[in-house]
Amino acid sequence: MRQRNSSMEGPDGSQLFEDTSGAGPRTQSGYRNQQTEPQQAGFAGQSLLSDPMSNLAMAYGSSLASQGKEMVDKNLDRFIPISKLKYYFAVDTVYVGKKLGLLVFPYMHNNWEVSYQQDTPVAPRFDVNAPDLYIPAMSFITYVLVAGVALGTQNRFSPELLGVQASSALVWLIMEVLAVLLSLYLVTVNTDLTTIDLLAFSGYKYVGMIVGLVAGLLFGRPAYYLSLLWCCAAIFVFTIRTLRLKLLSEAAAEGKLVRGTRNQLRMYLTMSIAAAQPIFMYWLTYHLIR
Amino acid sequence: MAFTLYSLIQAAILCVNAVAVLHEERFLSKIGWGVDQSVGGFGDEPGVKVQLMNLVRSVRTVMRVPLIAVNSVCIVLLLLFG
Repeated sequence: MRQRNSSMEGPDGSQLFEDTSGAGPRTQSGYRNQQTEPQQAGFAGQSLLSDPMSNLAMAYGSSLASQGKEMVDKNLDRFIPISKLKYYFAVDTVYVGKKLGLLVFPYMHNNWEVSYQQDTPVAPRFDVNAPDLYIPAMSFITYVLVAGVALGTQNRFSPELLGVQASSALVWLIMEVLAVLLSLYLVTVNTDLTTIDLLAFSGYKYVGMIVGLVAGLLFGRPAYYLSLLWCCAAIFVFTIRTLRLKLLSEAAAEGKLVRGTRNQLRMYLTMSIAAAQPIFMYWLTYHLIR
Repeated sequence: MAFTLYSLIQAAILCVNAVAVLHEERFLSKIGWGVDQSVGGFGDEPGVKVQLMNLVRSVRTVMRVPLIAVNSVCIVLLLLFG
């Protein structure tokens, strides 16, 4: 019988998540007790567990189920890299708090490099610079809900509008990620940015949008414009500082002026990706504040 | 502004169709984007134009057959459901 391993392993063996289930070794000893009992219960009377045929059927059924689960996991892993996705959700409260602060005020942070551990990037809970998918996912859902609240205060709300807002924002997100991928391919940048990383970086702007929308709902249009301006500048600086290390070559990333068309092209690419974020932030929120 | 995922799929199909109808001899060679003009230097600097030409050529090669199927399905669906 396979003992269920309830703690998930990271790519280098260190645990991504802590083992909070208390049922590890106890279930195995419980099962062994159950197996010795039916031999005594068989003398006493008829019970379902004493029947050797149903015992066999149970064992066969559970082995079939575990085989089926293995097959589904293996096949699903081919299409959606679930093991890689787990890395992006290995966050804790301290990391989320620090990252949110960084998204709104990135001006005091000095070291933007992602630390590595034996060639694999460290999980987000250990390094505040690592990208994650928890904040973008949560802020996307919060944005849809806040948009619903904003529409409701103007008596324009209906439940279908929530779905329209969600799919609209999702379409813009997909188009932005595809555009960034296309431009990265055209400029032939040798980078270790994966698609999911780009998805994470594009999703960080929803935090600024939520701040702007909530300020606009509470305090009116001037507050909306002020807070949106602040968050746009913050996201611009955040994106430039994060992407600079990944897209530009070593020398240019440290701020020295390196001549050559390729570095210039890469600089333009970083700038345009960063400039697209405030544009999207304004485009997706201005129609909600009247 | 109300985009749906369906309109994204429509836009993607239209864009891929547009890339697929660019003829190699009659058009691309005439404007200097042909296959034979993409062999540049052997350094590590392919350049944006060469990458773009390679992209057009590979999209045309890969998507020719699936596009037939996708377009037929689209035509049937649009005729039936408007």
